[in-house]
Amino acid sequence: MNARLMWRKTLNVTMLSLTGVCVLITVSVLFFILGYLVYNGGKDLSWNFFTRLPAPVGEVGGGMANAILGSLKLLFLAALFGVPIGLLGGVYLSEFGGRTLPFIVRYTADLLNGVPSIVIGIFAYALIVMPMHHFSTLAGGFALGIMVIPTVLRNTESFLSEVPSSLREGAFAMGANKWKMVATVVLPAASRGILTGVLLALARVAGETAPLLFTAFGNRYWSPGWMQPTSSLPVIIYTYATGPYEDWHRQAWAAGLVLLGLVLVTNILVRAFLSRGTSFERS
Amino acid sequence: MATTPNAATPADLAWSPRALLRRIRSADEIAHVITLIAAATLLLITVLLVYQLWVLSAEARAKFGWSFFVTGTWDPVAGQFGALPFIYGTLVTSAVALVLAVPLGVGGAIFLAELAPPKLSSSLTFVSDLLAAVPSVIYGLLGVFLLVPIMRTTIQPALKRTLGFLPLFQGPAYGIGFLTAGIVLAVMIVPFVLSVSREVLLAVPRDQREAALALGATKWESTWKVVVPAARIGIFGSVFLALARALGETMAVTMVIGNNPKIAASLFSPGYSIAAVLANEFSEATGNLYLSALIELGLVLFLLTFILNGLARLLILVTTARGSGVLPT
Repeated sequence: MNARLMWRKTLNVTMLSLTGVCVLITVSVLFFILGYLVYNGGKDLSWNFFTRLPAPVGEVGGGMANAILGSLKLLFLAALFGVPIGLLGGVYLSEFGGRTLPFIVRYTADLLNGVPSIVIGIFAYALIVMPMHHFSTLAGGFALGIMVIPTVLRNTESFLSEVPSSLREGAFAMGANKWKMVATVVLPAASRGILTGVLLALARVAGETAPLLFTAFGNRYWSPGWMQPTSSLPVIIYTYATGPYEDWHRQAWAAGLVLLGLVLVTNILVRAFLSRGTSFERS
Repeated sequence: MATTPNAATPADLAWSPRALLRRIRSADEIAHVITLIAAATLLLITVLLVYQLWVLSAEARAKFGWSFFVTGTWDPVAGQFGALPFIYGTLVTSAVALVLAVPLGVGGAIFLAELAPPKLSSSLTFVSDLLAAVPSVIYGLLGVFLLVPIMRTTIQPALKRTLGFLPLFQGPAYGIGFLTAGIVLAVMIVPFVLSVSREVLLAVPRDQREAALALGATKWESTWKVVVPAARIGIFGSVFLALARALGETMAVTMVIGNNPKIAASLFSPGYSIAAVLANEFSEATGNLYLSALIELGLVLFLLTFILNGLARLLILVTTARGSGVLPT
């Protein structure tokens, strides 16, 4: 009997510490990735990296200014296309929807969110690249925009539904219309959460490579306007990392550090912003 | 039938043009319609996505039929397209990833949900969420330059020495291949298993734990025999969710799997996955049949992840709804 108790207690301690080890392994991976990127990419970051075009192979120096600008343009398009649809759709789900349609939209949003990004790329290719017969910034931005919609929509909805009903009733009691109530009371009350959701969605697609491979493609030079193929940070990391040149590899590390830095900083800032307290207390 | 404007029933409002106009004139209705259009756009996009994949893969579907899925030849020059090596590679790498990631993720979730103080738990979950936010091309970068050499010089030879009698661990150690891709995928999906499982575990009512402890169970026994079984459907959900991620993951896999359409029992062998072949060959595909075959691969990938995701959401919904039905979360 005593032996059995000993066994149970030993098992208890062993298994519980093993679960701790699981967390430790998972969490340390992030710090390892970050450290390794800083170690490998940090020394190649310079002013030129942000301001110069890629140098021809064999020539030292050169930067990724066109890729950085390309990524920004793609993100701008993604926000332009995805955020309004996601935002208004979220308002519909939370404020105007009945029962059946919101359920369907919600479920579809979750499913669309899980569609592999490369398939979204095929979709943008079929819809924009095929009719235009060439790759373009527009197609890349469209692909990223589609990936933004479900996240923004679900996030907007969840923050809107957290706004206390007393606020809504107060607005109604003042004689406001429903749209006035939504636009001037509910949306501002949830604005902080909604904004952070948008930022997180954009940070997520900023690192997407797969949907850009055959939509925005790549470009060794500046990409004027919106109808030309453009370079972007994730794609250039992929190209350089799988290329044969030592110099490319070093540039890939530097670009990886910049990309990871952007993504992590956005995530951490958003978190800090959110945890400063919501604009209303939930009772 | 004479209806006064104020006494109109909703049916009248919907059908009489004059009433409709009046309704639309009010700002509420405009706001309603605009937001409805936005929500409907999402549905439209999804439907259009399926439609495009279906229509554009028509040529390959007509030419190869079901044999597309059981043929192992992928020869764009000869116009022979079989998806088997890619489906095989996708499934094998995802299976390796699950074998590694599920114990790690569920174990971690148990720690975070049952043992860690709330503050520590939420900050560790945040770190794990950050891990999920790391772009996949970064995982690929580390995979190529860090993991592949380690696999080649250390891990694969060690596995060969100890487990070499299994067909899984035979053959030359290239570094790249199914096993390496599986490991990278595992790292990428652990955060999903972890954070969803944690939520599901937290949704298990407190009474269950206390009842088990009151009966003299140790903490581990109450967790493993009471809490985890109560949450098992949701944990399955998290595993399906992670599996769907693994199946569709493109860049990191493309960079380390070896890109060689071959079916081999050994995990050391270079292979190919559906997403990887799309990434590599789509923009260079010449000829309609080639493109159509690639798009059919995309359709397969889409359907796989769509079904898995649907299932996963349903399972998670069931568990958390059941949990929160007892206790408000």
